[in-house]
Amino acid sequence: MSAPLLAISGLAAGYGGSQVLFGVDLDVSAGEVVSLMGRNGMGKTTTVRALMGLIPLQAGQIRFEGRPIASAPPFRIARSGIGLVPEGRQIFPTLTVEENLIATAAHRNGGAQAWTLARIYAFLPRLAERRRHMGNQISGGEQQMLAIGRALMTNPKLLILDEATEGLAPLIRQEIWDRLATLKREGLAILVIDRTVDALLRLSDRHLILEKGRIVWQGSSQALASDPVARDRYLSV
Amino acid sequence: MCERADPGDTMSTPLFVVQLFNGLQLGVLLFLVAAGLTLVFGVMDFINLAHGVQYMLGAYLAVTFYRLTGSFFASVLLALPASMVFGLALEVAIFRHLYERDHLEQVLATFGVILFLNQGVKIVWGAAPLNMPIPDILSGSIPLMEGLRYPVYRFAIIAAGLAVAVALYVFVTATRVGMLVRAGATNAPMVSALGVDIKRLFMIVFGFGAMLAGFAGAMVAPILSVEPGMGDQILILAFVVIVIGGIGSIRGAFIAALLVGVIDTLGRSFMTDMLRLVLAPSTARVIGPALASMTIYLLMAIVLAVRPAGLFPAKGRA
Ligand SMILES: Nc1ncnc2c1ncn2[C@@H]1O[C@H](COP(=O)(O)OP(=O)(O)OP(=O)(O)O)[C@@H](O)[C@H]1O
Ligand SMILES: [Mg+2]
Repeated sequence: MSAPLLAISGLAAGYGGSQVLFGVDLDVSAGEVVSLMGRNGMGKTTTVRALMGLIPLQAGQIRFEGRPIASAPPFRIARSGIGLVPEGRQIFPTLTVEENLIATAAHRNGGAQAWTLARIYAFLPRLAERRRHMGNQISGGEQQMLAIGRALMTNPKLLILDEATEGLAPLIRQEIWDRLATLKREGLAILVIDRTVDALLRLSDRHLILEKGRIVWQGSSQALASDPVARDRYLSV
Repeated sequence: MCERADPGDTMSTPLFVVQLFNGLQLGVLLFLVAAGLTLVFGVMDFINLAHGVQYMLGAYLAVTFYRLTGSFFASVLLALPASMVFGLALEVAIFRHLYERDHLEQVLATFGVILFLNQGVKIVWGAAPLNMPIPDILSGSIPLMEGLRYPVYRFAIIAAGLAVAVALYVFVTATRVGMLVRAGATNAPMVSALGVDIKRLFMIVFGFGAMLAGFAGAMVAPILSVEPGMGDQILILAFVVIVIGGIGSIRGAFIAALLVGVIDTLGRSFMTDMLRLVLAPSTARVIGPALASMTIYLLMAIVLAVRPAGLFPAKGRA
């Protein structure tokens, strides 16, 4: 097998004096969907922030397509081909839906079929209806779609989603899972953080479980489905 | 800031109109200074007390270029890029090392820059006030109504200020960079996590902000005495403006600048007269001026009581 798209090893990071991550190892290969699970406060979002360069690293190596990106500024890491759908959506409230999509759009990595406004609107039709609304005037589900569209418009090779279905109505959750399955079929690599184990079992190729800043379990959907002890121990609340 | 017409003994309509225009003129100048201040504060969370220095510098540069070229228009045009270059030099040499610091340290350091540059200006240009003439085609006055004329140059300032406001509005609402500036004012880390070099964006904002403040300074050079410290007073008003308007909001800065300019000017001219309606003349004469200098702070207190984040808050999600 060729080198993974994203390779994180020995990642340690935290906030101020307190350490949250204690040597996280995590790989995502091209076209692969990997889920990162764990209970509240175990360090999932911190992993994403450290990977994106949003908080300083205490230790560890991060490579994207073989190139080291650890400790680079966030914009360089994003430009290497990572699209972030952050926890809490973080839509720009004073920009319209369309402006949210356009403002940070880019075609840096010259993929075969680049994401354009038209393609995003076809893929996420709710956004087309709302294109002229301000970012803070749309529903939570629409904001989540927008966060996904915004990340896709940077034409990433790896999409990272942090709690993209959190607090949404079942119908919209299902819509998001459907969209992610489509993206997977089109060959996009995805790192997905979520609480909905059943949906992750269907979508992801591999699963990693984070517990107090360490990866304590990893394996395929089959392995996770047949390991109720792990689910009980690491994921139930 | 702007010298005021004599507050007459009575509140006549012509005087009111004159003061209203004077207030507008102060308002557009305030907007030019406040625009950069609010974006710099909004996008980089950086408090730059030295922004008023850019206004002073714009005036000095205009005077200098006037002496070199003899042309008002050439001197204003040259003062624009020179102001921008000076602002960018300050950004690279000093300010960018302060972004990560807390607000108190930013205030102290940029206050130091004010002291340093006010002295620097004295060394380069001397302590005596300088001036330059109003250009011929903008001199004189035009009739507004029966028995009321208003100086053309002041109209020109208002018109230029409004034109810049419109241009800025188009820039911020209709261009990609403008979108990024608005996005950066609400959530800069997210903008950079989506692949935008926020430091470079900030340099652009900073350079333009310095240029606009310099433009305001250059425009007032013919009607005010150009002297060290002339930026300090307008800086305080500009802070009032951006707090009222909402940090990071161009639209808020525009509306608040006009409000502050008009209310401050009208308050100073008519407060004593208005108080005389309810108080004894001697009392009114004592309280009036004191109250007049407080009106905009009262306005700020009222706005903040009703809308704690200002009229058009950019920060935070909702
Ligand atoms: N900005 C911050 N400053 C200080 N500590 C933080 C900050 N953000 C998170 N933490 C702490 O770091 C630890 C890991 O938090 P993190 O947000 O990474 O967890 P998570 O796995 O994403 O949890 P959740 O499921 O609640 O999103 C927690 O103990 C949390 O309190
Ligand atoms: Mg989280």
